[in-house]
Amino acid sequence: MAEVKLYGFWPSPYSHRIIWALKLKGVEYEYIEEDLSNKSESLLKYNPVYKKTPVLVHGDKPIAESLVILEYIEETWPENPLLPKDPYERAMARFWIQYGVDTVAALRAFYHGSGEELEKAATELLESLKILEEQGLGDKKFFGGESMNLVDISYGALGYWLAAVEEVKGVKVLEPSTLPRLHAWAKNLDELPVVKENIPASDKMMAYFTAAMNRPAKN
Amino acid sequence: MAAGEQVTLLDSWASSFGMRVRIALAEKGVKYEYIEQDLWNKSGLLLQMNPVHKKIPVLVHNGKPVCESLVIVQYIDEVWKDKAPLLPSDPYQRAQSRFWADFVDRKIYEHGRMILTTKVEDQEAAAKKDFIDTLKLMEGELGDKPYFGGETLGYVDVALLPYCCWFYTYENILNFSLEADCPKLNAYCKRCLQKESVSKSLEDPKKIYDFALMLRKKLGVE
Repeated sequence: MAEVKLYGFWPSPYSHRIIWALKLKGVEYEYIEEDLSNKSESLLKYNPVYKKTPVLVHGDKPIAESLVILEYIEETWPENPLLPKDPYERAMARFWIQYGVDTVAALRAFYHGSGEELEKAATELLESLKILEEQGLGDKKFFGGESMNLVDISYGALGYWLAAVEEVKGVKVLEPSTLPRLHAWAKNLDELPVVKENIPASDKMMAYFTAAMNRPAKN
Repeated sequence: MAAGEQVTLLDSWASSFGMRVRIALAEKGVKYEYIEQDLWNKSGLLLQMNPVHKKIPVLVHNGKPVCESLVIVQYIDEVWKDKAPLLPSDPYQRAQSRFWADFVDRKIYEHGRMILTTKVEDQEAAAKKDFIDTLKLMEGELGDKPYFGGETLGYVDVALLPYCCWFYTYENILNFSLEADCPKLNAYCKRCLQKESVSKSLEDPKKIYDFALMLRKKLGVE
């Protein structure tokens, strides 16, 4: 079996997603930490279009974009399937994964915002998450049903990561009073060994966010 | 198509996202009912079938709605898998196809939206260069292949081809020539339009331009 390398960035939930998927599939891999302020030759070679992490390299073949990587992992290592088999159910899963992509703008605004902007971002994020809770998750324990699947993986940042951001910002969005089912889902997800054992310590993340938020936003 | 199959497409004639679905259905030879949607006065059916986004396109297959154009195209590819495969069978090639289709959404659609919603005098030279560079990157990815999918039309082609009827609009607003700046892409569009599945799914570029001007007037940028 050709070797698997993951170029990642330790605070980024996009990198964590890939780690969880590889672990769930029992894939051995080498993790390479990237310093995004000083990108390696390898990263620039393997992801010339965006020059970002995560990048998965299987043998000598690079794959960029975390959601693309997740589908690749799912197809290459079909044991312990992380997407439904039925085409309609798969389409529903992909729809909700795509909904998460559309929510990133709201998350980013929340992350970077302060004062009035922060309040506005918090309101928009809440509205966005209400739809996710009501129509995406419903009464299921996980988006994947009894166990996590790619949809849960794609929303992983809503647990540990968002909690750390809320702590630093002093504003809560995902709470039992506002989003009871989604809040419970996040708690359940964070308790799963594959997630719990493969995320940075929350104080380390908060220190990183505090420093990052005091730098001007890049884009 | 099996007896009793019902396929309906809720769409809007000028939509590049809708065109993707039309191309995919045409490639697969799927018979379907097309229902034009008025996006300024959304129908009960659209709101029922896409309650989350209230947008087109929506594919309704035997009563069940699928939303988001690339999700729909993948669904079509998986259900009608015996004809004209759009995604390759090799996982690495599939990943490359998904990457480039996502690139089209991220870069070309976003650029296009900016161009459409900005006054002519406010269109920045840097943004124009960016757009042309993006198109050149697509040209690089196409290389010498007839299609992004290789010898046959594939997933990335389906994602990109609708823009072929929108380029005329961007050329006019941005003041550039696709033929001059991106001759390979220009030739690619012309070549693909010879396929019936493409020509019947796209719209007349001049009609699109008239529509774009109307939109721009509405937005106060024209």
